[in-house]
This record gives sequence, C-alpha cells and structure tokens, in this order.
Amino acid sequence: MSQRIPVTELTPDFRGRAEEALADGQLRNNFRVAMDSLMTKRANAFPDADEREGLRELGNRIKAGALSRLPDLLEQLEQKLTENGVKVHWAETVEEANNLVHGIIEARKGSQVVKGKSMVSEEMEMNDYLAERGIECLESDMGEYIVQLDNEKPSHIIMPAIHKNARQVSKLFHDKLGEPETEDVNQLIRIGRRTLRRKFMEADVGVSGVNFAVAETGTLLLVENEGNGRMSTTAPPVHIAVTGIEKVVPNLRDVVPLVSLLTRSALGQPITTYVNLISGPRKPDELDGPEEVHLVLLDNGRTGAFADAQMRQTLNCIRCGACMNHCPVYTRVGGHTYGEVYPGPIGKIITPHMAGLDKVPDHPSASSLCGACGDVCPVKIPIPELLQRLRQENVKDPEQPQQVKGGGAKYSRTERWIWRGWQMLNTRPALYRSFLWAATRFRALAPKKAGPWTENHSAPVPARRSLHDLAARHLDQNGGRSS
Amino acid sequence: MSARGNILGKLRDSLAGTTPRPDEFDEQLVTRPWRYAPGDRLARLRSLMEAVHTEVHQCRSDNWPELVAELLNKRNLANLLFAPAKEHGRALQAYFEATEQNVELLAYDQPVEAWKEELFWNVEASLTGTLGGIAATGTVVLWPDRYEPRLMSLVPPVHIALLKASEIHDNLYDMMVAQDWAAGLPTNVLLVSGPSKTADIEQVLAYGAHGPRELIVLVLEDA
Ligand code: SF4
Repeated sequence: MSQRIPVTELTPDFRGRAEEALADGQLRNNFRVAMDSLMTKRANAFPDADEREGLRELGNRIKAGALSRLPDLLEQLEQKLTENGVKVHWAETVEEANNLVHGIIEARKGSQVVKGKSMVSEEMEMNDYLAERGIECLESDMGEYIVQLDNEKPSHIIMPAIHKNARQVSKLFHDKLGEPETEDVNQLIRIGRRTLRRKFMEADVGVSGVNFAVAETGTLLLVENEGNGRMSTTAPPVHIAVTGIEKVVPNLRDVVPLVSLLTRSALGQPITTYVNLISGPRKPDELDGPEEVHLVLLDNGRTGAFADAQMRQTLNCIRCGACMNHCPVYTRVGGHTYGEVYPGPIGKIITPHMAGLDKVPDHPSASSLCGACGDVCPVKIPIPELLQRLRQENVKDPEQPQQVKGGGAKYSRTERWIWRGWQMLNTRPALYRSFLWAATRFRALAPKKAGPWTENHSAPVPARRSLHDLAARHLDQNGGRSS
Repeated sequence: MSARGNILGKLRDSLAGTTPRPDEFDEQLVTRPWRYAPGDRLARLRSLMEAVHTEVHQCRSDNWPELVAELLNKRNLANLLFAPAKEHGRALQAYFEATEQNVELLAYDQPVEAWKEELFWNVEASLTGTLGGIAATGTVVLWPDRYEPRLMSLVPPVHIALLKASEIHDNLYDMMVAQDWAAGLPTNVLLVSGPSKTADIEQVLAYGAHGPRELIVLVLEDA
C-alpha cells in the first residue's frame, strides 16, 4: 500500500483549510445533503422525546458510573478476558500500541492484515506503521476502503467517505482498480465486495475496534451493517482488537441502552444489521473463528483527560458522530478541515488530550456555541461547556503550569492588557463617563482597521450620542417618566 | 513500570478520595417502551425486518423444508450448507432425500482452513437455527456452535434462518435476563437484523456489502 498523502494537509492551518473547503461547492453540497439526511433519520428514530431523554440520562449514568471505577473495571475486564482465552495488552502511547500489534503479526509471520472500521487504529496510524514494515493493512469497511484507496483520511467517524459522491468513487475505482466507470452505487459496492472477499479469505490477521467491552463477561461488542467487522474478526486465524481504555462498561445489560443510543443517534437505525459479541477465540471443538484473540488497551492521552474532573466527561463518548452531523460548522467545512483523526465537536474536545491544545489552537473557537452538539449527544457530554473551558485554557499564561496539555498557545500579552483596560473602564464610573464623552465627540478618529474583524466587516464607529445620553435626555423631556 | 501499571496508577491517582457512583441502572427505560401483546410480537418483528429487505415467511414445523426447497429452486441455487447433526438439519435432509431435490446439501464438518476456498466462492446458501428473536428491533439471535459455525451465517450470499414463534422476545433486555446471558456467553453471539448493507457511498443504501445479500427468516408458528 502506498503512503498516504492527504491532500488537505497541504494547507497547514485550520483557517486556511476552512477557506478552501468553503470555496468548494461540490464538497459543501456533499456534506449538506448527507448531514441533512442523517439529522432527519436520527429525529425519526426518537419519536418520543421522553423516551429519548430518559435513555440519554441512563446512557450518561452508565458511562459516568463506569468512569468512576475505571481502574477496577479494567482489571475485571482483563481477568475475565484472560479466563476466556483472550490476551490483553496495555499501551500508553500509539508507538507502544503499534509495536504490540506488529509483534503479534510478526509472531505469526503474517504479511496481510484486513481491518474492520476502527478509529483507534486511525489514531495509531496503524496502516502506515505496518506498511513501513512490509505488512499490507487493508481497510475493509466500504467507506474506509475508498478513502484508503485514494490516500486520504476519513472525513467522518461513521461515514468515512461522505465527502465523495458516486462519480468520484467511480473514477477512483476506474483509475486504481481498472474497473469500468459506473455511477450505479450497487455496481460500485459489488466491485468492493468482490475485491475485499479475497482479502478476507487470505488475510493472516484481522484487526477491529471495539464499541463496548463488558467487564462482567469479558466480551467485546462490535456494531456494524456491512459484515466486514464479522469477516475481519472471524475469518483470519488471528484477531486483534484495539480500543481506548474508556470503552469498558460494568455489566452486560448496560449494552442494551448504549447500543440503542448508538445506532439510533448515529444512523437513525433501531439497531445495526449486526451486533457481534465476541467472548473468546475458537474452542478446541469449534470449526472456525480465530485461534488467537488479542485486545490492545490504549491510553494515548486519555488518562490526562481523566485527571481533570470536567474534561473527564469527554471519555463518555460512544463515537456516534451525532455531534458532527448536527454541527453547523462541520457541515460547512467538512471533516478534513480539522486536520485530525476526530473531526467536529467531539474532535475539538478530545484532540487536545491526544495531540495537545497547541496543535489545534483554532478548534475551540471554530464554534458558534449554538449548543446543538450537546443537545443531541446520547451520553450528554456538555460539549459547549467544554469548548468554553478549552478557550480559557488556550489563553492561559504559558509560564504557569497547564491543566490541559498544550494550553496557553493563544496567550497574547497585548490582548491581556486590552482586556485589563476594558475591565477597568467598565468598573470605574468616572472613567467610563469620560471615555463615553470622548468616544462620541471624537468618533471620526475611530480606527478604520480593527484586526481580522475589518477583513469582512466595516469598522465599528461609536454613535453620535451614547445610549446613556439619549436615555437621560428622554427622561428630561418626559418629566422623569419613561414614557 | 509497565504500561499497565502506569495507566492504572494514573487513573487511581485521579480518583483518590472519590467514591464510585452507585449503579443506577433503570430497567424500565429499556423494557417499558418495548412491550407487545403476545399476538403482536411476530407482526412487529416481521414489519421491522421487512423494512430492511429481509424476506419473512410464516410456516409450520411440518412444512418448512418444502418451503426451503421452493425458495432455493426459485433462485436456481445449486447447493445449501446445513447442519445434519441438528434436529432441523435432519428434518431438512429427510425431506430433500425423499423428494429427490436437485440441490446439493453441504455440511460444515471440517475446520474452515480445510475448505476456505470452497466456502468463500462456491457455497450459495446456508440454513441455520436461531436462539430466538427480538420484536423491538426486528432481530434474530444466533449462537454459533460446532455444528453451525460462525462463518455459516456470514459467507454464503443467501442465509435462511429458522425462528420459532414462541421464542420471540419483546426486547433484548428481556431475552438476556430470561436466558441468563450474564452467567456465560459462547465464544460468539450475533444479533442479526437484516441482510448485509452499506450506505457509505452518497448514503445510498446497497444490500450485500460483505455478508449475505439476502436474509430469509422462516417463522415456525407452531413451535
Ligand atoms: S460526543 Fe456525544 S454526540 Fe459526539 S460522537 Fe461522542 S457520543 Fe456521539
């Protein structure tokens, strides 16, 4: 597999990429259409608001409860899985995780890996890591496969190729696979099915993510519609699941509301075509299933988020994508603009813990704080509140110890002084009055350029008379009455 | 320190002085909206499954093999993977032999490695039993075992599943509790709610992504 060269990374910063995306009519249309339809589907899947709110509350309680005893649950999960014959590995960094995965493949002398959809493996950039070591790692989710074939990254966590339309996919299959061009989606899917079926059969190792890991029974639960997840976890002789440490839930029954919230919020489906519960490798008397099952538990900044009681809530996330589907910013700029593994609102609140806030300083402010993300989040993560928190962390004095990794990247001494001055002005009546007097009298002298504001707006000019003035005069004329 | 020790250590430090939140699971929330009169369960399951392109047939324990033969013939399928050691397998085999059907019956009686190529490219349909169904979501539940291994319901392009009407539960929670799943699960449990599908290109729904293109559920009304 060739190296990935994501086109969108040519423009180094969020603003530049956003401008490019906004100017791309095709891209905007692809996203607009897709997000509108996903929003409608979700709304239809929750016809009863009371039922929906009760379930979101329960989802929140289960995840928050699990986090409140996370270390114990992880140990219980490890013990149960081990009893079931699954080998559990721990990794603090993506390098460690890649190393572990590579080691398992090496031990089997494997050269072909087929992968079900896994965002954690995207975090790890596992495909590239393995490719550099001579191992082919092929994506098998139709969307991921398309994206990989075009050397791109996913632009949505549930619908990786949502930025492309059928014509673009047809051209890609034609160029890369030599297939005749067709815009018939069924035909395109048939091409994908045929190509990947051989890969499932031949692969030495299958890699997948995990939606929920059940501590009580030692079970890994995966949801999907295509069957590629079942193929990846069943057909090859080895299955490696990679997941973040926050995916564990205490009891099997907990997955009932969580799966319902996940599939309804993500796709508006009452349930996905397949819910796959894996509790161990092939038993001696069984005839298929992997001989080895491994679980790699990855930290990658999650313990950092966990350390902060407010930011810990980001670990409730069940990766449904509803927050991005409902985000007016995401819908307009698309997933690639964020330049990170996780785009949209969820990306804004978890990327800082993984990559550092200084790597994505524009993300927290790329939001109108309309609140839609928080309103739809099935586990009730208060995303707007966390964005505001990150805005504060962004401008903290970099000399001071930071609470969020990479905080203080947007600190500016000038800005700090301007706000100090503004505060003084507004808290001292005498000073405020003289400022008002001067501002209205000398309004012609107001600066014509006010930083980025005047790039797209006309410069603010103080009014001839202040509101205070007008009100006083009005009261005078009416003998002290307001009307 | 190991990665394991470091991760658990950091988590424990962050939780120092806190108490775990109580378990506040409320089963009403996952059961009450999903209850049906016994007579409505099948209709609910049927309409949800049909909405996602599943073919559902209602039949009886004495005539379903006949229906299977009919379905296979209609599609011109040459073979069927089945489980001769199971009761439903025996019934099917008896009927097919007695009526001299043209369809070749195949058994999954060796490890997958021994016949992977054939399984992936030559098997045209399979028939398995189910552990029951779920009315709330339109789902059949499979517990693969030695006789009906995991790939049997996944690789062949047509999957026929037998479902006893009396084993349709209202919702997943009820089923889990009634059968005490928490006490121990087999290596693999599957909830299947239709044929394999994808909407990854322009959100256009296409069936037959990587798993079966067709799912046919035969409901045995008298069982
Ligand atoms: S933050 Fe909430 S809405 Fe967004 S992906 Fe996670 S669970 Fe879904």
